[in-house]
Amino acid sequence: MGKLYDRLSKDVRFEEGLKACINCGTCTAICPAASFYNYDPRIIADLVQTRDDAVIIALLKSETIWFCGECMSCKTRCPRSNTPGLIVISLRNLSMELGYFVESEKGRQQLAIKRTIGENMLKHGYCVHVDELGSDMHPEQGPVWDWIKENTAEVYARLGGNYNNPGPGALRKISEESLGELKAIFEETGALRRWEKIENFSEMKAAEMGLEFSEGKDEYFQYVYTIDTVDHQS
Amino acid sequence: MLKEGKKYIWKDYQKEIADNHYYYARSCIRQNFFPGSEATFLRILKNELNKDIFDDPEHTTCTGIGYHSDIIPLETTMTVVARHFALMTAAGYKNLVPSCITSFGIYSEILETWHEFPETLEKTREHLFKATGREFNLPENVVHTSDIIFKFRDEIAARGRFRLIDQSTGQPLRIVEHIGCHYARMFPHKGIGGAEYPYVLAGMVESWGGEVIDYPERRHCCGFGFRQYLVQANRGYSLSCSRKKFESMEPYKPDMIITNCPGCPYFLDRWQYVIAEQEGKTYGENGQGIPVFTYEEVAGLVLGYDPWDLGLQVHQINVEPLLDKMGIPYNPDEKYAGPDGQDLGQPAELTCMHNL
Repeated sequence: MGKLYDRLSKDVRFEEGLKACINCGTCTAICPAASFYNYDPRIIADLVQTRDDAVIIALLKSETIWFCGECMSCKTRCPRSNTPGLIVISLRNLSMELGYFVESEKGRQQLAIKRTIGENMLKHGYCVHVDELGSDMHPEQGPVWDWIKENTAEVYARLGGNYNNPGPGALRKISEESLGELKAIFEETGALRRWEKIENFSEMKAAEMGLEFSEGKDEYFQYVYTIDTVDHQS
Repeated sequence: MLKEGKKYIWKDYQKEIADNHYYYARSCIRQNFFPGSEATFLRILKNELNKDIFDDPEHTTCTGIGYHSDIIPLETTMTVVARHFALMTAAGYKNLVPSCITSFGIYSEILETWHEFPETLEKTREHLFKATGREFNLPENVVHTSDIIFKFRDEIAARGRFRLIDQSTGQPLRIVEHIGCHYARMFPHKGIGGAEYPYVLAGMVESWGGEVIDYPERRHCCGFGFRQYLVQANRGYSLSCSRKKFESMEPYKPDMIITNCPGCPYFLDRWQYVIAEQEGKTYGENGQGIPVFTYEEVAGLVLGYDPWDLGLQVHQINVEPLLDKMGIPYNPDEKYAGPDGQDLGQPAELTCMHNL
């Protein structure tokens, strides 16, 4: 008992995020996620401070740790200076480290985020890039986005951008040297190891679920990106 | 509360904003969705205020969206941020100005962590040197781009051609301001006005002649929620948050929304479009949406810049009702033109919302 709590305690965010929760529920009252999902950050803080490994493992495998939007409204309001949002970040990190994230529908979505936002960073230098964004995956973009996609170079030139060219400006082409430094940092500091874990644990889960798993937007990606079978809403 | 009382409280939440010589850090989201706002920020600083600002081609993401969707370890984000500081140091700058609230929150969180846990700073220096051979100094001043516009809001007003006033009535425009969560929720002392009375946008609105609307869900999140928007299955969270705000602000009949964050103008714009298409519900006048702007776009309108130079044509909600109220001239034929005036066609008609 207590080994997982000790691991969480090595995360500076956990140390900052949980002192002694008095269970007042202020965080839940202010939480946007709690007004949408069947979610209660007060309970997460209370469960973690039991320091019980079995309780923490259940959290690491749960849907509930994936409901938070990390807006950090709880940081502002807690009368004891706790931050449930930081506790959640620590739990999510440990869940991915130990492979428990694939045991929940919401946790399995980490593969889709790694293959979109994550890979964008090393390909384009930024988390988001017009070339990777279509109204197929983002129908909420509306007709104006389709028009931009049909006239990408001209629209960004019109608005002072420097689309896919060297030099300064919006959407410029990031140099190979800078992309190389970014990748070296990702290698040195554990981001690539995390991605490898996300891929490996997801591949095992895909085999268990009978879904095709390779790369990009494969069958498993499409499944975790769109499926919403559990009634999560409050 | 008496206005004098608010001013007294706000005095406790003022912060130092460097006067000149800025290192600019671009935003992942704004480069794609509001490139005209970033261009306008640089134009205002260089051409109107005669400031020195460096737009570094070697800058990259701070990893903020990846960090807050939990695919990036803290050590990675710290070291990427350290690389930005190294680029800034090498270029001879000390004042960092991120064009993104998430980045501003990331820089603030990391500087606080390095202060509270000095061993993490030493470890980061080791990581960065090993990965890139770079070394860095800490910035002397970190402020968000909106803080700079706030600092010079009266100079912008003095140079302006237009005011946030309804020309047909002479009354101030009624304006909803939306701050963005990571501006001051995590570190209230780093935001103008703190988390309780954020003043960064309200100060601009007041200087430029408008009236700020107070409404029940004024401080509610726009609904980005990182993974809650990035993954299609979760997007109901995002839409619901924005809808909650629209329903709350509707009775106050806002003329426009001004926003602080990269994601907020995007969500408050696009989710109005989605609600109109799905439910036939619109929140503005005459079957229109409520126009949504970045603070640079509003500053640009006040200064008399061409609306299509600002990028107002890449919004999904039409901005023309607001332009008409302010008495700003515009050429509808140039709205969707290319850089040399060439015809680029135009977006498809919407089903439920009237196109102008």
